[in-house]
Amino acid sequence: MADKSFSQYANPDALVSTEWVAEHKDDDSVVLLESNEDVLLYETGHIPGAQKIDWHTDLNDPVTRDFINPEQFAEFASSKGITPESTVVFYGDKSNWWAAYALWVFTLFGHKDLRLVDGGRQKWADEGRELTTDVPSPAKTEYPAPAQRNDAEFRAYREDVLEQIGKAPLVDVRSPAEYSGEVTSAPGFEDKEGALRGGHIPTAASVPWARAANEDGTFKSREELQAIYKDEAGVGEADEVIAYCRIGERSSHTWFVLQHLLGYDNARNYDGSWTEWGNAVRLPIVTGTEKGEAPAQ
Amino acid sequence: MTEQTMPQPLQEIVDEFQAVEDRQRLELLLEFSKELPEVPEKYREHLDEMEQVEECQTPLFLTVEYNDGPGTAELVLAAPAEAPTTRGFASIIHQGLNGLTYEEILATPDDLADRLGLSRAITPLRLRGIRAMLGRIKHNVRHHVNARG
Repeated sequence: MADKSFSQYANPDALVSTEWVAEHKDDDSVVLLESNEDVLLYETGHIPGAQKIDWHTDLNDPVTRDFINPEQFAEFASSKGITPESTVVFYGDKSNWWAAYALWVFTLFGHKDLRLVDGGRQKWADEGRELTTDVPSPAKTEYPAPAQRNDAEFRAYREDVLEQIGKAPLVDVRSPAEYSGEVTSAPGFEDKEGALRGGHIPTAASVPWARAANEDGTFKSREELQAIYKDEAGVGEADEVIAYCRIGERSSHTWFVLQHLLGYDNARNYDGSWTEWGNAVRLPIVTGTEKGEAPAQ
Repeated sequence: MTEQTMPQPLQEIVDEFQAVEDRQRLELLLEFSKELPEVPEKYREHLDEMEQVEECQTPLFLTVEYNDGPGTAELVLAAPAEAPTTRGFASIIHQGLNGLTYEEILATPDDLADRLGLSRAITPLRLRGIRAMLGRIKHNVRHHVNARG
């Protein structure tokens, strides 16, 4: 089966095919990073030349609930042999869920050329392509620390979300049971990422993140994605849109779809997400399957 | 509440993890994941008849076989190759508890995950898997013991 054309998407350069990876993974300008939900999966075998990135230990500040700072990012990037000019290609398990998260964090630091492998790890493996356990050790590169982590453009804080209710569309990418408030955490996450209150942010549309992916882990066509987000979820022609989930990783996948595949230039990910909103005092919440109304200002 | 004591084989595994640094603990977990026994023939075609432990969206299948004579339990655990972390946990539990008596299994402390010292290398939610597995096994054994009267 021929690979689908990426030219259908708003940003055709945001995706590469497994075929492209096979051809270009050894280019000097390309750095391939595997980012998985399963912390040991890379060690069992990965695309030759790929390096591991662990969102938990590599991208998060160990103390404060925040991402690493520009200096730490620069240090991390140089240790992986990345320069500001590098084409950084991410792929991973579970339809690129964590790969999209790593890509989004790189976006905050202003790295220009970032791509996802359509179909991720699953597609590469299903095609019977080579996997290796050899771990590359690239030479350290010069990566100047970015002046700042640019949170304003692609990251939404609690205050932003509160202010945007009723003005910009919100997309809740959690499971329907989390959205309605039947459960206060995702199945299997009861004791670590729960919230005291269940439900969703008023006016948010429910679109579970995985609806953007096909069975084989690739992204659905632009037409299908438009039907889901633009029409059904009511994002329409909005200038701004905010996605959220439980801690901000599932919603980075949706952010990628909105920003790069559908061309909403001002898409933001609210990484505080439900663990913040559902635990915060006095924030408005709606339960049940209806979107709900914006609270009176 | 029964007194909680670490079964000897499980304690030896915990000691192994405690003897090394964070990075090597992950390598050790990977070794364990490779050592998880194949699912016995009789279950291979019937994974759906085994109990599925819902955790982290990774399918983990579990069956406990009871030998009421000696009062010991055999554990059968299965997880897919693309879930090595889950397989690693399953393998630790298998090597640590398989064939022990009902009492020994029920006395296993619930904070096994913390004792392994993996919390820095593995996010808390990933560690949930091992809690869920152990909890489910103890629940099943307790249920069996109570049903026997």
